[in-house]
Amino acid sequence: MEEIRLIEIKEAIHTDNTIKANLLRENLSKSKTFLLNLMSSPGAGKTTTILKTIETMGGRIRTGVIEADIDSMVDAEKIAAKGIAAVQLRTGGFCHLDASMVEKGLEGLNLDNLDLVIIENVGNLVCPAEFDTGAIKNVMILSVPEGDDKPLKYPLMFTVCDVLLINKIDYLSLSDFDVDAAKTRAKNLNPNIEIFQISSKTGEGVEAWAEWLLKEVTGFLNQP
Amino acid sequence: MHELQVTESILNIALKYSPANKVKKIIAIHLTIGELSELENEWIQRYFDYLSKGTLAQGAKLVIERSPIRMKCDSCNHEFQIKRDDIRNIECPQCSQKKCTLTSGREYHIKHMEVM
Ligand SMILES: Nc1nc2c(ncn2[C@@H]2O[C@H](COP(=O)(O)OP(=O)(O)OP(=O)(O)O)[C@@H](O)[C@H]2O)c(=O)[nH]1
Ligand SMILES: [Mg+2]
Ligand SMILES: [Zn+2]
Repeated sequence: MEEIRLIEIKEAIHTDNTIKANLLRENLSKSKTFLLNLMSSPGAGKTTTILKTIETMGGRIRTGVIEADIDSMVDAEKIAAKGIAAVQLRTGGFCHLDASMVEKGLEGLNLDNLDLVIIENVGNLVCPAEFDTGAIKNVMILSVPEGDDKPLKYPLMFTVCDVLLINKIDYLSLSDFDVDAAKTRAKNLNPNIEIFQISSKTGEGVEAWAEWLLKEVTGFLNQP
Repeated sequence: MHELQVTESILNIALKYSPANKVKKIIAIHLTIGELSELENEWIQRYFDYLSKGTLAQGAKLVIERSPIRMKCDSCNHEFQIKRDDIRNIECPQCSQKKCTLTSGREYHIKHMEVM
């Protein structure tokens, strides 16, 4: 009978992804491309918000998009139809994007001509929160029809994001969504989170969010 | 849920450490998973059983320990632990400030494994 031995490992399970993500961030700093990771539940308005944001920024910076869809090209086609550089990553059932998938997506874009790349992550409030994509900023959308209790149910997502966009505010009058309650819940989880209320349909509030983004990107591009 | 991919990494790490340690069979793998992570123990084990078929780790048991959520106060640097339910309302126990940063609670580690 052989003895059971103990082997010390002490290795973080995400190590590979974390190393990749940090490397990607470093390379993007050198090549002067600002990477933004946009997350939300399915249908909260990621694609619509990306289009509206780019339209509002009005050519002041050059933007490309990486689309993650489980098995279709629908979103990438919508983006490309507006003349915006887009790559589609077919995630084939993956519930999130990780740094190596994003790296592949970036290879499909001409980064020399882009100041900003927006990732539309897989629609899901759980898994994408756990994987660093290499992005400089993480942004999430919570849309009014989803309810103001989502920060209570998906705390990690609200904890890892730099910005919360409360979208579909044109629905507020038809809904019992309590904006102040949602904001307080998000701030309790993450006091540093920036919150903007927008409607990507009517364009209300998008200007303020786009200004914030432009300022971040310009600051990044002007770093020595 | 991404249990499948995480499980794959666990298996790869375990197998990576095996040749150097002359492992013939992996009996158990001890993991620490942050309290804030959404991973479910049952699913990790199920995927593991599936993925590890035919490897040294076939039949190994995953022993999962949850590590606490730790925060650090942005103003007085005080470090403290909180429960998962308290994450909805964080406050520094020393200075009552609300601006605190998460320092741990979302990580996954392999601590060690039992082998023959
Ligand atoms: N009323 C209203 N509808 C919106 C708004 N933003 C998006 N929508 C609608 O919501 C639906 C989903 O929007 P998408 O932009 O496709 O959402 P998504 O998050 O990209 O969805 P998936 O990629 O499928 O996860 C579409 O019918 C949009 O027209 C908004 O601010 N107000
Ligand atoms: Mg979409
Ligand atoms: Zn304090």
